[in-house]
Amino acid sequence: MNTWIAFWNILAKDMRSYYLKPPNISWGLLFPLLWIAMFFVRSGLGMDKLPDLLPGLMALSILFGTTSVLSVTVTFEKKSRSFERLLLAPIPLEILMLAKTSGAILFGTINAFVPLFAAMFLIDLSGVSWGFLIPATVLIAISSTFLGLFISVSVKEVFEAQTFSNFFRFPMIFLCGLFFPIAALPMYLRPLSYALPLTYGTDILRGSMTGSNVMPLGSNFLILAVFCVMLFYISLRNINRRWIT
Amino acid sequence: MSDHKNLIEIEHLTKSFDDVIAVNDISFSVKQGEIFGFLGPNGAGKTTTINMLTGLSRPDAGRIVVEGLDYSGNPKVAQHLIGTVPDESNLYPELTGFDNLCFCASLYGIRRNERRKRAEELLRAFGLQDAAGRKFSGYSKGMKRKLTIAAGIIHRPPILFLDEPTTGIDVSSARQIRRLISDLNTEGTTIFLTTHYIEEAERLCERIAFIVSGRIIRINTVENLMRQTQGEHVVQFAFQAAADKACEHIVSTFPDLRCQAVPEGIRVESSRPVRVGPLVRFLEDDGIEVMEARKILPTLEDVFVQITGIEPGAMKKEKEKIKMGNNG
Repeated sequence: MNTWIAFWNILAKDMRSYYLKPPNISWGLLFPLLWIAMFFVRSGLGMDKLPDLLPGLMALSILFGTTSVLSVTVTFEKKSRSFERLLLAPIPLEILMLAKTSGAILFGTINAFVPLFAAMFLIDLSGVSWGFLIPATVLIAISSTFLGLFISVSVKEVFEAQTFSNFFRFPMIFLCGLFFPIAALPMYLRPLSYALPLTYGTDILRGSMTGSNVMPLGSNFLILAVFCVMLFYISLRNINRRWIT
Repeated sequence: MSDHKNLIEIEHLTKSFDDVIAVNDISFSVKQGEIFGFLGPNGAGKTTTINMLTGLSRPDAGRIVVEGLDYSGNPKVAQHLIGTVPDESNLYPELTGFDNLCFCASLYGIRRNERRKRAEELLRAFGLQDAAGRKFSGYSKGMKRKLTIAAGIIHRPPILFLDEPTTGIDVSSARQIRRLISDLNTEGTTIFLTTHYIEEAERLCERIAFIVSGRIIRINTVENLMRQTQGEHVVQFAFQAAADKACEHIVSTFPDLRCQAVPEGIRVESSRPVRVGPLVRFLEDDGIEVMEARKILPTLEDVFVQITGIEPGAMKKEKEKIKMGNNG
């Protein structure tokens, strides 16, 4: 059986049914642009500070874009039992869940490039290390998507998916070094920062834009990849234990 | 049918949820080309069994072999051989009927042109061609059920699992679905049908298993099950009076008779022929005007009641109530 036919059709259906719907497109475009506007209005900083803000904006766009849509759609399909259609198909669970999450990964990656695209008209981006920035963006999208998958497998109701997402998202915003350097956080909060995938993702983005990364980029990539694999396999194990009871 | 090979073989299948044993050490086989009925009240373990056979649930113990493939450990190896129609229509509400079928076909690796052709063919066969471009969410219950069955056979599986296919839909749609099931079987599909409509099972199935509280208590051909009621004589009396009281009086006066209140009046059963004259006179002396007395031929429902002690009427009502609750 040609598993890839199933893979592409699951991805295409999800893109059509969820990600390419006007509310999601407008959310994907407006959310990052509003973040940019908010930072400038509130901070009163000039354009020269935009490269410092961009990594944070990109990371937030990915985090919110991926976790909000994926966790809700998977929970909705599970609740309406249409997810059973996928579980009944002769597709290995790993491939099935990769197909189900690919839409969110693409959506998150595209979301990240919205603030970057806007910034192209405002500042000079010639110093950006694209070789690091692009893979980092994709890896952040993968880890955030798998976090969304982990959330959707852990809850039963759609509203729980939203609440549980915020349980991870908001602490992550403040602890991953976006607004405050990790070194400036109280000692007891720092271990928590290093337990968040976004910490490593934003550090790579910062490094590729301004060269001001705190940890070596290689280690950041490695740790982020480990997070991706870990979150995916924990989610698969939970699906096996909770949904195929 | 008896010389056909076994397509599904179940050995000592067991499943518990916390402290409740949902399916308790059941063993049976389904022959190629037959319609096998799985009958039981709500909570008997029918859906749990189907879920284990289709790969939606993992057995605690036991063995499942489909077409020689043992998939107790990994159901994925045999899922291409089976089609499943769950007890609730679970297609995608945002997709049209046509897109739903094409999407389901793609899950089995069917290529674009072939899946479009197959979807059109099934929409025609199920009389849904005019609704092909409408969203599934706008379908009536009967149409949803038909499309869900079409989605279950989109990949031409040799085995089809149908879980309560006619529950909660109107009479005409139920009739059409029964005809479709029959046609599918004639075309060679082996069908595993769970239902609580005993008359449906009697009409469609060749063999039936009665399952109560997770255990199979009887399994046989409909013909052999019916033989059990041979020698039973049943007469129904129709009248408008208190049936319970009439039954009490009859049983105390005619101790060899069994009596049961039914909506029309009473139903009298005996292992010997029931003499209608004395009974009518007795009832009329009791002040009851008998409108009609007729001999009832025993049905599978009587066999079910005899074996399980469960009233099918109560079973049907309970299921409809659950269905209404879910839909409401």
